[in-house]
Amino acid sequence: MALGSDTQGTAPRPSFWNDPNKRSIIYQGIVVLIFVGLAAYFVNNTADNLEQRGIASGLSFLSAPAGFDVGMSPFLTYDASTATHGTVLIVGILNTLLVAITGIVLATIIGFIFGVLRLSPNWIVSKLCYWYIEILRNIPLLLQLLFWYFAVLGTLPSKRDSISLFDLFFLNIEGMFGPLPVPQDGFWMIGLGLIIAIAAIIVIKNWARKRQDETGQIFPVFWTSLALLIIIPFIAAAIAGFPLEFEHPQKNRFGLRGGMIILPEFAALVLGLSLYTSAFIAEIVRSGILAVSHGQSEAAYALGLRPGLTMRLVVIPQALRVIVPPLTSQYLNLTKNSSLAVAIGGAEIVAIFAGTSLNQAGQAIEIIAITMAFYLTVSLLISLFMNWYNNKIALVER
Amino acid sequence: MTDNSFVRTESHPDLPPPVRHTGIIRWMRQNLFSSWFNTFLTISSLYLLYRIVPPFLEWAIFSADLSGSTYQDCTSGGACWAMVRVRFDQFMYGFFPTTERWRVDIGFLLLFATAIPLMIDGIPGKKYLAIFVFAIYPFVAFLLFHGGFGLEIVDTAQWGGLMLTLVLATVTIVVSLPLGILFALGRRSEMPIIRMICIGFIELWRGVPLITVLFMGSVMLPLFLPPGTNFDKILRTLIVMALFAAAYMAEVVRGGLQAIPKGQYEAAQAMGLSYWKTMGLIILPQALKIVIPGIVNTFIALFKDTTLVLVIGLLDFLSIIQSATTHKNWLGTSTEGYVFAAAVYWIFCFSMSRYSIRLERKLDTGHRN
Repeated sequence: MALGSDTQGTAPRPSFWNDPNKRSIIYQGIVVLIFVGLAAYFVNNTADNLEQRGIASGLSFLSAPAGFDVGMSPFLTYDASTATHGTVLIVGILNTLLVAITGIVLATIIGFIFGVLRLSPNWIVSKLCYWYIEILRNIPLLLQLLFWYFAVLGTLPSKRDSISLFDLFFLNIEGMFGPLPVPQDGFWMIGLGLIIAIAAIIVIKNWARKRQDETGQIFPVFWTSLALLIIIPFIAAAIAGFPLEFEHPQKNRFGLRGGMIILPEFAALVLGLSLYTSAFIAEIVRSGILAVSHGQSEAAYALGLRPGLTMRLVVIPQALRVIVPPLTSQYLNLTKNSSLAVAIGGAEIVAIFAGTSLNQAGQAIEIIAITMAFYLTVSLLISLFMNWYNNKIALVER
Repeated sequence: MTDNSFVRTESHPDLPPPVRHTGIIRWMRQNLFSSWFNTFLTISSLYLLYRIVPPFLEWAIFSADLSGSTYQDCTSGGACWAMVRVRFDQFMYGFFPTTERWRVDIGFLLLFATAIPLMIDGIPGKKYLAIFVFAIYPFVAFLLFHGGFGLEIVDTAQWGGLMLTLVLATVTIVVSLPLGILFALGRRSEMPIIRMICIGFIELWRGVPLITVLFMGSVMLPLFLPPGTNFDKILRTLIVMALFAAAYMAEVVRGGLQAIPKGQYEAAQAMGLSYWKTMGLIILPQALKIVIPGIVNTFIALFKDTTLVLVIGLLDFLSIIQSATTHKNWLGTSTEGYVFAAAVYWIFCFSMSRYSIRLERKLDTGHRN
């Protein structure tokens, strides 16, 4: 025991330099010093530069008049004569979110279709999907956007002879014009009908599940829900006397005015973004489905499930676990890629705020910082939502 | 009594299976027409192909114009490849002086001659090749492209075309790989402050689009430096692109580091290796090997992203084609320009992605269910 107590009592203390704890403190101290030093150096230089160029820093430019037109602002009325840079920022944010959400929805739908068809036993379909995916994902997105905007949408007819569809929709170089729904008094009834329909669907879904657990009988929840979703708001609309009127685009000397308009910049951006991203999503979906072991679908067939049900109830839920994490990063990419609108004159945050506003106000640091902060926030929100969804569908192991 | 009943004394030779169950017909029945839905898909796909492929071939090949000096010379109604032909040198070299273009050729030949053997199995002396590509070649290339030591100086404002695209992509990847490794190690470090700085750096760059980063490089970076310093636009772009790529690279490398079993770290420590020796001799060689496909994929993404420098006014491959199609002689050739650019980018990216898939198969020794 003498030996034991000896080593325990006088364990050789490492020299100061070889003590991992002290070393780590020293290293971190050095890193912090370098970091702070660099930051101070940059801040100091920036202050000097700004003083030399006579630029006042601060956020007061946000309330200065902007005086330029942004092209597209579907959510709030934008008037070039009264708008400030703050308005431009808000319009830019809303437009970016609109592009991102439309793009995400479209890309997911197209991507899932192509991902599933890629695995089709039909040789021609599978090869066609393969080439769709390989062509779209190996060509730079910017090039695709320019192609859609200049080479495809640029060939649309001039505003004098626009293509007309049932005299409701008009297509020309300035965009696609259609009737704009304008809610009248009592429109809230339809909203109420929609809420009632959704509540009814939730109730029916729970009841159907309970009944299936007890009796094994399946209730057609999907078709019932669809019917409810259409019928109840329709009845509400009928009671309120159809409180919805359409504002049709009018032809005048300068082309078409009024109504709903989809600008070619917006169309090219959404089209390019969703097709490009759909190719990546298709690959993700394909690998997700392939990752579900073959025994799962064989077991489902052995239980007597039909191919459609097997796909829906057995394969897809398991594939989703593999699909969701990379899908999240594709959604993030799509949102960030929407900034490419600047190359085709779109109206989202980078183009109008970090582009035109920056040139006019000259507040480079503030504007780029705000833009980056916006993207960081959106990235964070999408990550949080998808993490929540991922946790919800994750395998619950016993 | 003659026996006129017939009894077979030998078996009939095997008949070939019915035509419908063999060969191409069986294949077609199974693959293309197995159900009404499948038949519908087949027929609609064929119709789609019929509507796309022959018109495209007609436009791009059969009725295309190859010669001419303006768009008006292209009269046959097909693609006007004369534009690409006339401007080809500019698409490749930008405004690099004509007499000095051999330097660019040699520079890239040298790169391909040394980098491609690195990707092929069983070539001896890879270690020296790698040292050359990563440590010596950058200086040689700088000398060749920029000039000095007796070579005429070519201002970077004259760089452009495919040459600029390749310079942007290769320099960014060569700089971002070591940086990315450092950030990945920092992110997994046990020192909280270093870890926090690395996480902050990586997530900041990964959360913002490249365009804002490029804007930052062209507008904000000059403000960060002492008043009066005015440095090269391409260099500024390279710096921000390398930092941006380093953040993505760090995440790829981190994936590799996490895949190395804990026993490897513990064994290295038990052998008494220091941190840097553990990493340099035990962990990184294994981790980097498994993330090569990820690195190649990052490179593909980066290669495509170099097109974004169009927005800050650099004349890369896409940008120079775009400006050629808006020249007054060639108005109306934008489709030709984009199709040509797309074909070139596609060949680069597709071959790299094939290489990465092949590597993945080679490195995939794990079991599949």
